[in-house]
Amino acid sequence: MHDFFQQLLNGIISGSVLALPALGLTVMFSVLGFANFAIAAHATLGALAAYLLNVRFGLPIPACLVVAMLAAGSAGVITDKIALRGLRRMRRTDSAMMVAIASIALNIALENVVRFFFGNDHQSFNLPIMRDITIGGFQVSQQQFSNLGYALGMMVLLFGFFGFTRAGKAMRAVADNPDLARLKGISAEKVALLATFAGMGLAGAGGMLLALETSVDPLVGSRILLMVFAASVVGGLTSIPGAVAGALLIGIAQELSLLVITPTYSSAVGFVAIALTLTLRPQGLFGRKT
Amino acid sequence: MLSYLLFVATISGVYALLGLGLVVIWGQSGMVNLGLAGFFALGAYATALLTTVLSAPIVLGWLAAVVLAALIGLLVTWLTRSMRGDYLAIITLSFAEFIRLVAVNEAWLTNSIDGISGIPAPFRATLADNFNLFYLVLTWAIVAIAYVAVRRLINAPFGRVLRAIRDDDQVAAVAGKPVLSFKIQAFMLGSGLAGLAGAMYAHFNAYIAPDLFTPLITIYIFLAVTAGGYTRPAGALIGAVLVNVLLEGSRFAAGFASGLSGLQVASIREIVIGVTLIVLMRLRPQGILPERIRIVKPPRDSP
Repeated sequence: MHDFFQQLLNGIISGSVLALPALGLTVMFSVLGFANFAIAAHATLGALAAYLLNVRFGLPIPACLVVAMLAAGSAGVITDKIALRGLRRMRRTDSAMMVAIASIALNIALENVVRFFFGNDHQSFNLPIMRDITIGGFQVSQQQFSNLGYALGMMVLLFGFFGFTRAGKAMRAVADNPDLARLKGISAEKVALLATFAGMGLAGAGGMLLALETSVDPLVGSRILLMVFAASVVGGLTSIPGAVAGALLIGIAQELSLLVITPTYSSAVGFVAIALTLTLRPQGLFGRKT
Repeated sequence: MLSYLLFVATISGVYALLGLGLVVIWGQSGMVNLGLAGFFALGAYATALLTTVLSAPIVLGWLAAVVLAALIGLLVTWLTRSMRGDYLAIITLSFAEFIRLVAVNEAWLTNSIDGISGIPAPFRATLADNFNLFYLVLTWAIVAIAYVAVRRLINAPFGRVLRAIRDDDQVAAVAGKPVLSFKIQAFMLGSGLAGLAGAMYAHFNAYIAPDLFTPLITIYIFLAVTAGGYTRPAGALIGAVLVNVLLEGSRFAAGFASGLSGLQVASIREIVIGVTLIVLMRLRPQGILPERIRIVKPPRDSP
């Protein structure tokens, strides 16, 4: 029983880190209307930028988190402009699928650019060694604990952004009904830019938090890609609270699965979650039936 | 050198089969199968296990590969029946990853990362040195049969319905076409071809392991089909050859660049593949062979 609660706790923590890229994916899918698989490479880019500044210039972790967001967000805007925007604007019925395919090609290209310059080695952040915290018999590393804090903090900021700022409301309007939003004078182009920046920035932050606990290498993002998509699909692909709930569910399921199956199998949880969601509740946890 | 060329030409044939599958699924029906590598692996493992562990005849192994891949195709299209195409893309991608996980973890069945070796092939022992040439001819003969079959099928009313669904499934539904059933049939046909490709590959290589079925294969095939013309069976064949020329050519070109590690050369290859696909989709999405659209002229005496 103790093991169960310990894994549950671990799952909540890893789920909240997973929620960041899942939110990023959901934001981009809602506003831009396509599944952006390049989110994995951008998570890696964020982790890498943060790692370089941390190890080479001794930047503290909270500042690194900002760097990871800005770096991945800017990279997202640039790669979108170069590789995806043209396709997105093509007037074709299947343009959403075309952009999704192009985003996979982009993902592979970016991942290999990282591999070309940094090799396949696993690098670790420069972190002080800290004692685990024990609360009521449950062990949590200080890193896990602060990651939970960062992730929750970013979620609060994001919800504030969507709830209270003009730009956030504009994004929600475009996601809801692009035509109506345009009639109201909202610039679709600006909103698309913002969604890409925010989405990839969230991916970068998630990638960095993940790398803090593990290591940095070209596959940081690709390793979690399936989980990110699973979280987003469980949440309904377009629901912001759904993405958070989905990520928590996936994180918990993955950690609990360790009690019964080998760790190498635990990423199968993603596939099982997607298949179950599509069978039982295709619109996602909070999705409305269309 | 000759055996190397024979090898590349045979792999091109395997890619051509995968490409034909994608032409049916994507080019004709507008569905996206990002799990081609998974269906490819499924076919390879099905026949490898049947012919080594159970010593079943090779033909039976091939048949099993096609049927198994097609049935899984049925399952994923059924699961995503009420959803937008994005869901099919996501579930197929994660399915391919799942297959690889199973292949790595179920060591009792698949021998994990060590893979399955000693997969038999027809006449390998009797033909000895001539085997590679024989298998090349066999592969392309099967490609030719598949090509003719796919061509006939998509020129038939069946293909016309698929294209109608691709362009607007609501209109097709209003015209009384059972959209889901057509989509499922097309997807099963395409994934069956991918399974067949896997079987051809397994017997040719005599060895398979999870590492041979990475998602990269899927991207190679998307590149092949995009380059050749993704709505045309002939485009799949041309594209399959082109992709292999590109892959092997960049291997040679990288050999001339000094001071690069093997890892860097490999990463340049993948960058070239990714960038080429994006550039092609942007500049010439219709590929070398664009879709032929037959325009039916109205009869002259109509008002």
